Amino acid sequence: MSQYILLRHREIPNLDQLDVYLKHGGFEALKKVVTQMQPADVVNEVKASGLRGRGGAGFPTGVKWSFLPNNIWPHYVVCNADESEPGTFKDREILESNPFQLLEGLMIASYAVQANVAYIYLRGEFWQIAHQLDEKIAELEKAGLLGDNLFGTAYSLRIYTHLGAGAYICGEETALLESLEGKLGQPRLRPPFPAVYGLYGKPTVVNNVETLANLPPILENGAQWYRRFGTEKSPGMKIFCLSGNVNRPGNYELPLGTTFRELIYTHGGGIPEGRKVKAILPAGASSAIIAVNDDTILDTPMDYESVAAIGSQLGSASVIVADETVNMAWLVARTVNFFKHESCGKCTPCREGTFWMNRIAQRMMAGKATESDVDLLETVANQIAGKCLCALGEFSVMAVQTGIGQFRVDFLNQVKQTAPATQGD
Amino acid sequence: MNELLQTYPEEVKQILAKYPAEYKRSAVMPLLYLAQRKEGYVPRQALEDIAEILEITPTEVASIVGFYTLYYDQPAGRYRIQVCTDLPCALRGADRFLEELCQRLGIREGETTPDGLFTVEAVKCLAACHRAPVFQVQGDGEIEYHENQTVELTLAWMEQVREKVRAEKEAQS
Ligand code: FES
Repeated sequence: MSQYILLRHREIPNLDQLDVYLKHGGFEALKKVVTQMQPADVVNEVKASGLRGRGGAGFPTGVKWSFLPNNIWPHYVVCNADESEPGTFKDREILESNPFQLLEGLMIASYAVQANVAYIYLRGEFWQIAHQLDEKIAELEKAGLLGDNLFGTAYSLRIYTHLGAGAYICGEETALLESLEGKLGQPRLRPPFPAVYGLYGKPTVVNNVETLANLPPILENGAQWYRRFGTEKSPGMKIFCLSGNVNRPGNYELPLGTTFRELIYTHGGGIPEGRKVKAILPAGASSAIIAVNDDTILDTPMDYESVAAIGSQLGSASVIVADETVNMAWLVARTVNFFKHESCGKCTPCREGTFWMNRIAQRMMAGKATESDVDLLETVANQIAGKCLCALGEFSVMAVQTGIGQFRVDFLNQVKQTAPATQGD
Repeated sequence: MNELLQTYPEEVKQILAKYPAEYKRSAVMPLLYLAQRKEGYVPRQALEDIAEILEITPTEVASIVGFYTLYYDQPAGRYRIQVCTDLPCALRGADRFLEELCQRLGIREGETTPDGLFTVEAVKCLAACHRAPVFQVQGDGEIEYHENQTVELTLAWMEQVREKVRAEKEAQS
């Protein structure tokens, strides 16, 4: 059996070409969906598959679709291709090398909620990808696979790309919608949720690239087939992005529930020079840090439940590995700097909080901090937690709290070794 | 007269066609990219032009330029070399790469080479963490990725660009 259901281009050369994609069963699932299934059947099949959103939240995709009211029209589907979490580079590989599977998935989702217009919101840096996608979309329209009266039915669909311009916050779905409406990318107060009040105030589904790419195989082979992969509560395959101190960083498509050890050692080739793993950030810079002080931690299965059980979260499965040589105070300072830069400025705890956390953390790295600054940093983080408008602010404190909590020694060493020598400048 | 509309009539039309007519404000971001294409930054006049096309105020357009990092209101080098120094890349030597590159060019991070061609900046994650050191080049209205870099590779590429620019100039004169 094939190893891949998402990164199929690794086995099938030129899968980004329409004729090759068609030759390998491309658009069969869409045809079946549009000509033989009612929209509600599609929603139910995806619900039954147990597919959960791959953008980070892990919310069941079919359930998300079912929230759209049927008395407000039009409906919209927006593909979230804003991939910006440090350590995440999976959507980019799908977009670049298996774009038709994403487009087919987007079309299936659009049919399921009866949207006639779908947008793909890409981060601005994906300029080249957006241009390639525009060409693919035009090709599909020419081939009669996209546009009016699909497969001779009454169903019509248009797809448009939209480029962001360098703002991590636009990965948050309500900020993304604001941005798509031509406004500042700042999150909306919820409720109402996008399912009811989304793009242009209309019911909207926002789904991640990887989530959508799962749909053609699910609809083609059925929910039960999909459930053969992964665990009962986290079914399916997942692309794990492995980065940091490993020999072979990259994307690995594996069943949910694969252990950290298998990802890092079997697939990632282990740590350079045989060093030990000190810490893992399983969800990019937004992670609660997992301290690997006990080797058995590496045997934790990477599914939503098991990673939560050890005090972190799977998120988008962007596994950043730090080895034993890494100073965790430095690492935390780097994540804090990221969030300070990306805070959208709308709510005060995040805007001011990330500013101050960054200031203290940079002071530490510049050798101008004292021991009390470690406590101060922790206090600021604790005061931000639970008070922000959206997840960005909440995520910004994760590495700080879990970093200081588990690696206080690194922070104390950092302030001790440098403080006296450089004080006063 | 609307300069932007005059220079790019087809492009403007295509961009507006993507969005419902009553929500044409959605076109502000693509129009800003268009406005930035030639000079590498958004000239003041373009704010007015875009505002007029979309029936919003120039201040609203300017707020978009200010919020999003890929728009600029000031000119810089023709090519912006934007090196990722976020955590995953930093764990794989991105800081050293940036420092050495700047040293070899005799500039500091954020500065432009004396020939006005290259500005070197540090940026956040580019979704290429497995191929660090990595930078993107923003220039001539395009964005291009350069992955698995060494300082030597980068300098060699810069030399190629310099030659291309020289050839362009000669062809013009
Ligand atoms: S951290 Fe540099 S590209 Fe992701």
